[in-house]
Amino acid sequence: MSDIPASVAERPELQALWHRHSFVELDARARAFSLLDEDTGQEYCDPFDRIESPWLEPQGLVPESDDGLVVVKGLLAGESCVVIGIEGAFQGGSIGEVSGAKAACALQLAARDARTGQPISAVLLLETGGVRLQEGTLGLNAVAEILSALLELRGMRPVIGVVAGPLGSYGGMSIVAGLCTRVVLTHEGRLGFNGAQVIESEAGIAEFDSSDHALIWSVNGPAQRYATGLADAVVLDDVPAVRQAVITAVAAGVPEHHRSEELDVLAARLSPSDGGQARFSLPGLGIPVAPSPGQDSLAASHPGSAQQRGAES
Amino acid sequence: MQTLNLEYHAADRAARRAHVGVVGSGDLEILFEPGTDPTASVRVRTTVDGFDVVWRRVLDAFFAHHPVAGRYELNDFGATPGIVSLRLLQVQETSRKPAHPESNRI
Repeated sequence: MSDIPASVAERPELQALWHRHSFVELDARARAFSLLDEDTGQEYCDPFDRIESPWLEPQGLVPESDDGLVVVKGLLAGESCVVIGIEGAFQGGSIGEVSGAKAACALQLAARDARTGQPISAVLLLETGGVRLQEGTLGLNAVAEILSALLELRGMRPVIGVVAGPLGSYGGMSIVAGLCTRVVLTHEGRLGFNGAQVIESEAGIAEFDSSDHALIWSVNGPAQRYATGLADAVVLDDVPAVRQAVITAVAAGVPEHHRSEELDVLAARLSPSDGGQARFSLPGLGIPVAPSPGQDSLAASHPGSAQQRGAES
Repeated sequence: MQTLNLEYHAADRAARRAHVGVVGSGDLEILFEPGTDPTASVRVRTTVDGFDVVWRRVLDAFFAHHPVAGRYELNDFGATPGIVSLRLLQVQETSRKPAHPESNRI
């Protein structure tokens, strides 16, 4: 990468982009290992344990040997940490009985460790469309168990959600994101409950046009989520940047009140007058993000309702 | 969904097991474990039915050139023949490399 084009060399703000090592392009396993200190990660229930979903084959779907969820324990900046990574490429990053049990178990064990004087933080790499439809209530139950374990652990040690993208975090697992101590997003990340196509098919194209990417990102995207306080950091899609953001989020410790307990603050943010300006200002990137003409007209055609809808859905 | 089982004569040895790929659209996952018998046994599970002949030809050609002994489990989600060959090459290459921290286990 020594031959930097003049167009980049002349603009220091583009250097970070040029030199970055994409986090989004990594699979779940590589993401998990890349966050932890070098050579400290150990995977639990790896592909050769073959703990795959028993429900997919009878329905004509090929299972994956890790059921699309990776659990890696290691050190983060020298302290114990377990990373739970969802593989977005397998069945839409959906949570089934097995993948859900792996995540719930990892959090339960972390909570047990923390309770017995071995503090350990947790990082959730959320790349998911939510509960796996083929496994129905088993997936819903798994999400409930994940929530329960998360609630216990977050009182003792930080649980950090990372939504790197491009799939984003949707469905039941976004409740998990909402309960996390802190949430880190990249530019590519999206955080929502109902996906754009679901909203469009249920409420019509006038409610939400799922082909309008600018609209989707202005509602579910990182700038809006940061501006309305549902995310705590927005970082460049770069392994060192994501890792640093996670280290910072863990180091900030356990807050007195978690975001999900501050309902009055969240309710106030539903006000249509709030958030509109901040929407297009991304923090910490050194790259000014100017609202495009399209985004301007978009904001005008959806006055305030964008925030409301995003938070309600 | 369809399952195929194939066997090839394979005299070359590999150092260690390896895992590559993901069961994602147009891709496949391969689990490889080296064996002591001079055999490459392959199990293919694929979402796309009716491509037995294509699978056989792709695997025949691959193991004629790269006869590494062991068990291969292919979990396929509609990968093209080119992708299948690349993933097989990748899993063999990975199995020759020194142990990576990702192979750490508890």
